[in-house]
Amino acid sequence: MREGLVNLALIALLPLVALGAQAAGETYFVTLVTKATILALAGIGLNLALGVGGMVSLGHAAFFGIGGYAAGIAAHHVFAGTPVLGWPLTVEGTDQMPLIWLAGIAAAGLAAAAIGAVSLRTQGVHFIMITLAFAQMVYYLGVSWKAYGGEDGLPIYLRNQFPGLDTGDAMQFFALAFACLLAGVALVWQVSRSRFGQALAMARMNEARLAASGISPYPVRLAGFVLSGMIVALAGALFADLNGFTGPSMLSWHRSGEIMVLVILGGVGRLCGPLAGAMLFVAFETWLGGLTDRWQLFLGLVLLGVVLFARGGLIGMLAGRARHG
Amino acid sequence: MTLALFLEQLLNGVQLGLTLFLMAAGLTLVFGVMGLINLAHGSLYMTGAFVCATVAGWTGSFWAGLLAGALAAAAVGALVEVSVIRRLYARDHLDQVLATFALILIFSEGARLVFGDRPLWLDIPPALSGTLALPGGAEYPLYRLAIIAIGLGLAGGLWWLINRTRIGMQIRAGEADREMIAALGVDIRRLYTLVFALGAGLAGLAGALVGALQSVQVGMGEPVLILAFVVIVIGGIGSIRGALAGAVLVGVIDTMGRVFLPAGFGLFMPPAEATATGSALASMLIYLVMALILALKPKGLFPADA
Repeated sequence: MREGLVNLALIALLPLVALGAQAAGETYFVTLVTKATILALAGIGLNLALGVGGMVSLGHAAFFGIGGYAAGIAAHHVFAGTPVLGWPLTVEGTDQMPLIWLAGIAAAGLAAAAIGAVSLRTQGVHFIMITLAFAQMVYYLGVSWKAYGGEDGLPIYLRNQFPGLDTGDAMQFFALAFACLLAGVALVWQVSRSRFGQALAMARMNEARLAASGISPYPVRLAGFVLSGMIVALAGALFADLNGFTGPSMLSWHRSGEIMVLVILGGVGRLCGPLAGAMLFVAFETWLGGLTDRWQLFLGLVLLGVVLFARGGLIGMLAGRARHG
Repeated sequence: MTLALFLEQLLNGVQLGLTLFLMAAGLTLVFGVMGLINLAHGSLYMTGAFVCATVAGWTGSFWAGLLAGALAAAAVGALVEVSVIRRLYARDHLDQVLATFALILIFSEGARLVFGDRPLWLDIPPALSGTLALPGGAEYPLYRLAIIAIGLGLAGGLWWLINRTRIGMQIRAGEADREMIAALGVDIRRLYTLVFALGAGLAGLAGALVGALQSVQVGMGEPVLILAFVVIVIGGIGSIRGALAGAVLVGVIDTMGRVFLPAGFGLFMPPAEATATGSALASMLIYLVMALILALKPKGLFPADA
């Protein structure tokens, strides 16, 4: 009950802050809120694997980056007037977000299926290291792919379009990102209430019991991992459009760590934990980053403190003990 | 492909492999004995390199720097173990990942504060700056041969320490059953600090040795850390023997791939495309090898419990 209220308040906070900033004429703050919204979506996606399924993936930057590259590559070809693929069938570039999202989500889904199929054969520390290693492989692919900018990445000169919206307008782009976040929250909520979601949670809590009830844990985990990667890819596509840039930095393992950090700051396994975490993270980055270049030192200290002493995260403090954990 | 080029690259691969082994040995020991995954191991590698470069700059002696680097990394490791890592043994892997990720952020910014933003440079000691003639006519740098010798020597020393000494017996016992060894009167907390400091010292030594081959800068440990993870996943987590085999395998495959894949593609592709495709594939090669080995042997080549 109390957690439900906190969740509603958190969801309402994002548009309120954005509207307030818009009214005050502070477009920069609208952009910051948009960034928090997009990172929250990535956190929601990761939380499905991490919090619900108990899969500690240090490789989700791969899916975030694949979404980002989908936006960057599609825009690059529109700008250059060249087809994405000339053979066996011609695929033109596009600046339409729905198509880009579809492509990015599909590509990330395939990558997650391949990575998950190998890494989910193992558990615990193995799984962490292997997801990290595969994400690093995708990172090196991005670095060495000279046609798409290599180490320098790809600029997106004109933000991609969404039918009926002016995405160049900060407020309208925020509304779009917020709608995606709401869809993500609703999806994860529905999934975790479904039979599949219950099985996924049981795979985390007691694998033997799940197997004994006739459900094989491996496909359940794999499906959860793929779905999680797809949500993160959507966030990646939005993030690239927000920054007007995509590049290997989106694929770097620090990005995986950051998405994980904001899930933890908010509270693992909580539906809206990533929202709180993302707002906290962006606020921290902006406020401390304005005071000192060394803000990551303080982020590290706060994170260490949260892990050692305040395990429920921000939502845990606001809403009391976790129901599970 | 000439014999000289092949030998040269083979030695480069073995040299990379042995520095990876120094990293992987600490990681795999810490996991095997304490059940801890330590992402901040790369920070200890960086610490070794920075201290080595600084002390070598003060004293003018590379060897003094090398010793200082390894000792400083071991001391920092012991300090971190006592203050933070010790609280993580009973926690799940997620907490360990997060806390050690936090340590990376703290170490990286800390290194910038202490040593400045600019990379440091470390010169190869004069006695090792020469080359040795290989069969086939290539000149191979002595320094890289020295790294190979040091790496092999330490691998042997580690084997002796673990299999032939009292401390080693306690470490092996700690891997097998930590309650029992504590009940037998071994101070398990001190043993853990010792194992962590040992791993940290090896990482610091590796960082200091490699520091003379490339620039010493913040973040230098992270790519090596991820490679070391690949090494212990391939070798089998918790196994020193596996770490050595995995490290040499990864070092040789990675080095050979970078040289010979572009050349191989050049046989049936235009040169520019061959270079691009070959080097892209080469940078992904060891991860593909890892996937293949995992598909065949999910526990690695030399699982510790076998």
